[in-house]
Amino acid sequence: MNIGGILLALQGAASQGILWGVLVLGVYITYKILDIADLTVDGSFALGGCVCATLVVTHGMNPVLALVIATLAGMIAGAVTGLLHTAFDIPAILAGILTQIALWSINLRIMGKSNIPLLKTETIFSGFVEATGLKSSQASGLIGLIIAVVIIIALYWFFGTEIGSALRATGNNEDMIRALGVNTKMTKMIALMLSNGLVGLSGGLVCQSQKYADIGMGTGAIVIGLAAIVIGDVLMGRFRSFGSRLASAIVGSVVYFLIRAVVLQLGMDANDMKLLSAIIVALALCIPVSLNKYRAKRAYSEGGEKNA
Amino acid sequence: MLKISNVSKTFNIGTINEKKALRNISLHLEPEDFVTIIGGNGAGKSTMLNMIAGVYPIDSGVINLDGVNISRLPEYARAKYLGRVFQDPMRGTAADMEIQENLALALRRGQSRGLRWGISAEEKEQYKKLLTRLDLGLENRLSSKVGLLSGGQRQALTLLMATLKKPKLLLLDEHTAALDPKTAKKVLDLTEEIITENHLTALMVTHNMKDAIRLGNRLIMMNDGEIIYDVRGEEKSRLEVSDLLEKFEQASGGEFANDRMLLS
Repeated sequence: MNIGGILLALQGAASQGILWGVLVLGVYITYKILDIADLTVDGSFALGGCVCATLVVTHGMNPVLALVIATLAGMIAGAVTGLLHTAFDIPAILAGILTQIALWSINLRIMGKSNIPLLKTETIFSGFVEATGLKSSQASGLIGLIIAVVIIIALYWFFGTEIGSALRATGNNEDMIRALGVNTKMTKMIALMLSNGLVGLSGGLVCQSQKYADIGMGTGAIVIGLAAIVIGDVLMGRFRSFGSRLASAIVGSVVYFLIRAVVLQLGMDANDMKLLSAIIVALALCIPVSLNKYRAKRAYSEGGEKNA
Repeated sequence: MLKISNVSKTFNIGTINEKKALRNISLHLEPEDFVTIIGGNGAGKSTMLNMIAGVYPIDSGVINLDGVNISRLPEYARAKYLGRVFQDPMRGTAADMEIQENLALALRRGQSRGLRWGISAEEKEQYKKLLTRLDLGLENRLSSKVGLLSGGQRQALTLLMATLKKPKLLLLDEHTAALDPKTAKKVLDLTEEIITENHLTALMVTHNMKDAIRLGNRLIMMNDGEIIYDVRGEEKSRLEVSDLLEKFEQASGGEFANDRMLLS
């Protein structure tokens, strides 16, 4: 194993992490701010990729415009989940699963086959590579970083506005914010659309960067998103400001893909990666609970305060 | 001000758990009425407040507030007119948000929320002054998370939030029941102060008969979904706890007071 190869792999992984980081920001909105696990993500990520690939390859559309439409497609997917959840009181998890499953068929319909390669078509990265002479992984990392920073700034602004504050309050205490005159069905819809819009955009970016879209590209995306959030929390949990918590989503995503690249370099089967992701998330959810139980047990003493 | 006409509500209609929570209730409040509501468990006190707030739809009747028929408005739309404080101190505030953010959310009750910044610099000054008045040491903790406050502090904050933008009607649902006696008294004193100062119309459910007699200008007693006693002014201020117990037995012919009411 040569050092150069590893470095190259890590560079690619970092770029990939940044592009997936846009998805993680989307998951952050639903999982952390709205406090629901939205499983639409697997479907809307693939939707973004499939829409983008189809538009660029089959219709020869400008790659930037294709990303815009991928984002809108993601928002529509979020709106469907939102409607099922708010108008028909279907539990959020189930509503997400329904949309996700439906999207599998829809994505196949959109592409007309199970994958589309973007070998000779222009992407937002290819022009940049030609202009600057950077390697393609560097180019996607750089462009991804710019996009991520712009999104973080936009989200920071949005969640500081009146609507954004109402949205944060919806995730925190729904009864309270409804008593203060906010239609929580509306705020949930906005959050789900915003979240899945970002996920769709991420799908489009990843598709253009890896130069193909595949029907299975979204499988397990929600777990990757959660794992990245968890890793970001561990690494940057002591920074409490909202901006740094958004940034931790991107950092978590990059670290996740770096870990992934390392274990793959060490010879792990790529198919085992989902197992590893699931274990990371499960551990992150189990450890705090177990620690609390352990502390409660340790704190107990039969003799009362004086023996403690 | 508030005019409730023939409002009924039955839960779980057609099942074994069917419960007539409100039976043809009518109630008319004058402006600046401060009404205390007492009654046993399941008498319909909280249900009545929840019906006014729009938590569940009513089966029949009309609720009219200051000339507006609010009977069929959704909960969030009625919030424009109502200030509410719940029994559970956790329910009235957002724990993971700052004190000033909570206040800013409350200041915008009933207004359309847009893309303006969620809190302004002048507001913060105003909040600081208001919190100083509460005398709970919160004025220098504007950017603390509400989750760090005690139950009493949270309840006082909720009360401030409910009245920050003057409501047409203030609904207090046993808002001191979860507090220790000393804190409960403090919050209750604050309640009286705010209501008097802002000339608010208020409905307050309480389990404490002494408080029910001492506070407000009018008292109603509920039993089994009906208002069985309604007294105001002079007559109310002369009431004794024993009168209330007697009144109840006359009206309902049943056992009224539970231990909690006699002890408090």
